[in-house]
Amino acid sequence: MSELDIRQIGEEYRWHFIDEIRPVFKAEKGLTRRVIEAISYHKGEPEWMLKFRLRALEIFQKKPMPTWGPDLSGLDLDNLVYYVKPAEVRDAKSWDEVPEEIRRTYERLGIPEAERKVLAGVGAQYDSEMVYHRVREELERQGVIFVAIEEGMKKYEDLFKEYFAKVVPPEDNKFAALNSAAWSGGSFVYVPPGVKVELPLQAYFRVNTPEFGQFERTLIIVDEGAEVHYIEGCTAPMYSTESLHTGVIEIVVKRGARSRYTTIQNWSTNMYNLVTQRALVYGEAYHEWVDGNLGSKVTMKYPSSYLLEPGARSEILSIAFAKTGQHQDTGGKLILAAPHTSGTIVSKSISKGEGRASYRGLVKVMEGARHAKVNVECDALLIDPESRTDTYPYIEIEEESAHVGHEATVSKINDEQIFYLQSRGLEEDEAAALIVRGFIEPIAKELPLEYAVELNKLIELEMEGSVG
Amino acid sequence: MSQLEIRDLWASIDGETILKGVNLVVPKGEVHALMGPNGAGKSTLGKILAGDPEYTVERGEILLDGENILELSPDERARKGLFLAFQYPVEVPGVTIANFLRLALQAKLGREVGVAEFWTKVKKALEILDWDEGYLSRYLNEGFSGGEKKRNEILQLLVLEPTYAVLDETDSGLDIDALKVVARGVNAMRGPNFGALVITHYQRILNYIQPDKVHVMMDGRVVATGGPELALELEAKGYEWLREKVKEGA
Ligand SMILES: Nc1ncnc2c1ncn2[C@@H]1O[C@H](COP(=O)(O)OP(=O)(O)OP(=O)(O)O)[C@@H](O)[C@H]1O
Ligand SMILES: [Mg+2]
Repeated sequence: MSELDIRQIGEEYRWHFIDEIRPVFKAEKGLTRRVIEAISYHKGEPEWMLKFRLRALEIFQKKPMPTWGPDLSGLDLDNLVYYVKPAEVRDAKSWDEVPEEIRRTYERLGIPEAERKVLAGVGAQYDSEMVYHRVREELERQGVIFVAIEEGMKKYEDLFKEYFAKVVPPEDNKFAALNSAAWSGGSFVYVPPGVKVELPLQAYFRVNTPEFGQFERTLIIVDEGAEVHYIEGCTAPMYSTESLHTGVIEIVVKRGARSRYTTIQNWSTNMYNLVTQRALVYGEAYHEWVDGNLGSKVTMKYPSSYLLEPGARSEILSIAFAKTGQHQDTGGKLILAAPHTSGTIVSKSISKGEGRASYRGLVKVMEGARHAKVNVECDALLIDPESRTDTYPYIEIEEESAHVGHEATVSKINDEQIFYLQSRGLEEDEAAALIVRGFIEPIAKELPLEYAVELNKLIELEMEGSVG
Repeated sequence: MSQLEIRDLWASIDGETILKGVNLVVPKGEVHALMGPNGAGKSTLGKILAGDPEYTVERGEILLDGENILELSPDERARKGLFLAFQYPVEVPGVTIANFLRLALQAKLGREVGVAEFWTKVKKALEILDWDEGYLSRYLNEGFSGGEKKRNEILQLLVLEPTYAVLDETDSGLDIDALKVVARGVNAMRGPNFGALVITHYQRILNYIQPDKVHVMMDGRVVATGGPELALELEAKGYEWLREKVKEGA
């Protein structure tokens, strides 16, 4: 990792600066037919997409707010702006074409530098639109597509139509419907058969407008025997009012392919982060979700894998850090629908102050999924007496030969560990941070290096003055 | 004044007084043994020296080269050169020995320690302990056998190079080869700038670590101090005769 990255890391509030940007178009508040038509108009979409959006709007309006999870009463859906077009330019292929004020933001976040050094491609979304997308030339030559979702819709319409909203239909849940109606931005990725993308593709999401909803929509198709790692990072400035990020991520992992999707969200703590992520995994293919939830006010996110053909495998790794004022309701879902499929969910959560971390998971083994194997491990660490954690593990097994293991632990930072580390010269805060880092180590070691370092720094900051 | 001195130390836990006026001096450059029956308060003394907040010190002083360290936190004491090898080392999952040791060394020295410098130091220590490099990437004490935990304490001693060390039953539960290895570690530290208090139940380790003095603790006090021959005498006769003698003296 570069020097630059390391120096930037650790200043927790470095992300929370507000950019001085004047958008070229901003929709009126609230989600109406008129707003949706405006979004569609600004994108110059085909007719079928506008119809799809309007159908999704109806579904959204009919479905009640979910009440089984975190408190969403602070989320005023009528008071949000659903579309903000930051600039005329869309999906620039060079940073020089990105308007200067916006480019500066990404430079502050270290994105162009990371692109040069450690990434195969970068996409950058600013409020509602992708302002930049580029993939390395040698990958382009091999047929790898990495573009804004809008461009995917227009340029690769047949491929797009085959999968769009097939993995996550608008009927799935209220927020999937909302996204389907209002979606804007996100990536379209296609990796042709047998092509292995060695370095990660990274998308970076930034929200700058207050009282705003960002509805990223990403579709990733990994063709037979191909490999890809897609990373998503998110930040926003801190406003006193609530904002919403509602993404839908659809992934298709075909026969023998391998994919990994890593999200590290560090949204400011006024953000509702309600995301649907789902992968369809076919024969002998492997998909991995790595999900880090550090920011936001409320997150509801349960990445799910549907193992549809024999030999399909999936792993879901989830880390959540909940501080006072935050509720991280996270976990994962594994649906095993074919013989000899297997999956693992490993979830580690840390609650600090009055923070609340919930594990919510579903394991479903369908009839006929002979010798399916699932293992779930969820561990919670509580820092303070008022910290809270709970687990909602749902397990549905329709197949006798299935092996399902579930283990859950709740621990506290132990005084003997603190004393032991202190007796070796580490200050109390350092000792506590080291214990927390050790707790998440099994997942942190799976993160890209710069995120692992960032996570460590964040934990150190969070643990300052937290014990004793 | 170059010594670790304990003066009339009284201490309690959960309302129970455990130390009842401990007096003990370990001069720099010397190695002393501390013996005594189960429950005498030896580990309590070790933990109080290291600053365990579970205990309440009611009276007395702990002087490190003349400075009273009672008000200092455990980490401040460590950085001043005090080290306790725990009778029951604690497991810290997910934290590798390498990572932890480097952080501890940096804390001790108060500066960044480069990878090369760190490795040179650790390699030397591993050689003395006849230990495999592979252990460095294991998580701190997690899943270690009793003997491995003890060896790991000595590894930390060798890397952190304290001025004064208290070794709490580091010899207990060791096979004869491991015992020799641990003794080799302590002897490697021996010199004019190092003092140690070796808590033990067995004369055996004192064959390998020759003590300058032997102290005996009973019921929260040091009741006898002598040369290496005192350990032999205890081995032969047990503690009862000493208890009698203390009673007569009182
Ligand atoms: N929390 C506590 N409350 C009351 N008494 C305690 C507590 N912790 C320790 N003790 C007592 O303090 C006394 C001294 O214990 P300590 O561990 O210091 O003995 P020791 O000399 O190290 O013994 P051993 O040789 O068995 O290791 C014991 O009688 C023990 O039961
Ligand atoms: Mg003891």
